[in-house]
Amino acid sequence: MKKSVFLGAMTVAGLAAGAAAAATLDDVKARGKLNCGVTTGLVGFAAPDANGNWDGFDVGFCRAVAAAVLNDPNAVEFVPTTGKTRFTALASGEIDTLARNTTWTFSRDVDLKFEFVGVNYYDGQGFIVPKELGVSSAKELDGATVCIQTGTTTELNLADFFRKNNISYEPVPIETNAEAQPLYLEGACDTYTTDASGLAATRAAFENPQDHVVLPEIISKEPLGPLVRHGDNDWGDINRWVLNALIAAEEYGVTSANVDELASGTDNPEINRLLGTEGNLGEMLGLDADWAARTIKAVGNYGELFEKHIGENTPVGLSRGLNAQWTDGGLMYAPPFR
Amino acid sequence: MSDMHAHSVAYVRETMLPEQEPPSSAVGVTAWMRENLFRGWANSLMTVVAIYVIYKIVAGSLPWFLGGIWSTSSLAECREILQGATGGCFSVLTERWNQLLFGFQYPSEQYWRLILAFVLLGLAAAPVLFRHLPRGLLVFTGLYPFIAFWLIWGGTILAPLMALAGFVLGYVAFKKVEHQSFAMGALAFLIAAALTWWIGGLVSGAAPGVLALEPVPSRNMGGFMLNLILGTVCVSLSLPIGIVLALGRQSDMPIIKWICVVFIELIRGVPLITLLFVANVVLAYFLPPGTSFDLIIRVIIMITAFSSAYIAEVIRGGLAALPRGQYEAADSLGLDYAQATRLIIMPQALKISIPGIVNVAVGLFKDTTLVSVISMFDLVGMIRGPILASTEWNGVYWELWGFAVMLFFIVCYSISQYSQWLERQLQTDHR
Repeated sequence: MKKSVFLGAMTVAGLAAGAAAAATLDDVKARGKLNCGVTTGLVGFAAPDANGNWDGFDVGFCRAVAAAVLNDPNAVEFVPTTGKTRFTALASGEIDTLARNTTWTFSRDVDLKFEFVGVNYYDGQGFIVPKELGVSSAKELDGATVCIQTGTTTELNLADFFRKNNISYEPVPIETNAEAQPLYLEGACDTYTTDASGLAATRAAFENPQDHVVLPEIISKEPLGPLVRHGDNDWGDINRWVLNALIAAEEYGVTSANVDELASGTDNPEINRLLGTEGNLGEMLGLDADWAARTIKAVGNYGELFEKHIGENTPVGLSRGLNAQWTDGGLMYAPPFR
Repeated sequence: MSDMHAHSVAYVRETMLPEQEPPSSAVGVTAWMRENLFRGWANSLMTVVAIYVIYKIVAGSLPWFLGGIWSTSSLAECREILQGATGGCFSVLTERWNQLLFGFQYPSEQYWRLILAFVLLGLAAAPVLFRHLPRGLLVFTGLYPFIAFWLIWGGTILAPLMALAGFVLGYVAFKKVEHQSFAMGALAFLIAAALTWWIGGLVSGAAPGVLALEPVPSRNMGGFMLNLILGTVCVSLSLPIGIVLALGRQSDMPIIKWICVVFIELIRGVPLITLLFVANVVLAYFLPPGTSFDLIIRVIIMITAFSSAYIAEVIRGGLAALPRGQYEAADSLGLDYAQATRLIIMPQALKISIPGIVNVAVGLFKDTTLVSVISMFDLVGMIRGPILASTEWNGVYWELWGFAVMLFFIVCYSISQYSQWLERQLQTDHR
């Protein structure tokens, strides 16, 4: 008897929790602010500037969602998370969306009960070496000392790569990227390995970047993307299609500069549906018709976002590579807006 | 042997020789150097090596300090000006000065509140630290926590006023009942204070605009200010709690004793960083969704619990060092437990424990940097996170960490100097 009462209470509590979690969109609207989890600081992806305003590639996604949902790209409460606290912050409901260069993996998606809404940056693990070492391929790194962040997937990838190629290495364990930089420059290790975007940012901060090269081999797949909790598919859809709208906008040539002009109607039905002059896609999402137009106007399309924060003209200086549109030989491919 | 007297001796000196200057090798700089620097070949060798090392350090670092650049807006610009010459890029300190001190989210037009709170902290701490200052100042010390809360967090002044009223009314109730027993008094204090706080909560909730400063949520605290807040609050809270725990551990009442023992041993058996993770991560699971129990308060509770367990053990050491006769003397005067503890035991035990308490306080202050691991932006968190991750300053290490080292050194060294001064003042004879 007691047990059944207890179970009943548990069920009610579970249902209540489910109901509370199921309406993230309503919560966000009632709050008037989007709680968006970002990193505590990663060059180009998310960092506050001298005035305390958050800026960066991942930050741009948070602002895009806020623009779509709340009609204000600045209505975001940025919650800085570390690699250790990010998943609990999302699971406990402290944040609505996590946009923190998080690799989409099977266990994070399935076992940790999150939903990745897409990929906003295709990364992969690479190596950086001093030019004077005369190495042109990672396979020539036999017997090298390698600076490597402990407890990350990069450590496992490195072991796999060296084993597969039947060469040996000596790991120099380090804690953070900031620690690796001086160690590598002092010559404590022959090469430093981490995600290619991180390598580019690290190299950009060197006093003489031209003395160092990033080797061509990319030894792992690191698709980075924003994620939300399991159990609220409506909210997941909004996040997914905000990301897709940014990518599609670049494909169709919609930019923050011409979006106003295009939003008054064009001959291209695809653009019209995206910008809400045709069809009722916004309504299906539970938003108004010009949600995507607002988003693009606020942060620009995917390409603009990329160029502004991590592109070739920024200190990070990344080329599009895999992150180019599928029409340009990349992997960025938004499903049709229909 | 009679001819052996004065007259048969050729010469007898009748006046004292005038004192002569000691040989130049025994006084002054030469002697000091001989005595301290060049005593024996081993000593001389070490001196020479030491001088060489010091010279190397100074010669290496001085140009770096003197050639430093103070006014650029990014590391790249800084390097352009230096053109490979040696020099620190101190402009990161000037450009991010406010961020280093106050974090990056505190509204900049409100910085005066933090500065005022800091200045007042000095005023409030002075009468506690130096006993020859007029005792009337202690009233201000008592008021300070409420003023500081109002200044730093903002909001209506009613909230801290009501909190203060709770303490005052509680004290009045305590005085009324104290003659029955200390425990009854404490109970009356609790009831009166809780009642006032409950009513006060309603009142200040109803009128949030009375004399209100712009409210700043805890999430926006940061920089060295956060270290100072955590350090001061936790040290001042953990001292009384530590005393109570230490007394509780010595108590004859088994339940109280075991509660204290379990608390102390449990907390001391767990690393602080674990407690902080519990505060940040695990508590969020237990609270219903939507409740936001202030992160700073969670962290303050955890750090206070941690340091009070350590302080309790330090004070227990002081209590144990006190001769048995002191307890008996207090009993023979007819004092009850509360009086004996307050008047005889504690003053002596605390005096013995000063070095230990200061030790814990300094350690605790430095431990506040651990909050950077749970994504709070204290001084270390600011450096590791936003500043090193900004595109302008990615790659500046020595200047930033040197600055952090300097700030912490100044505070910790002054605490330890103060405690040495205090020890001399109190002359702890029986140690």
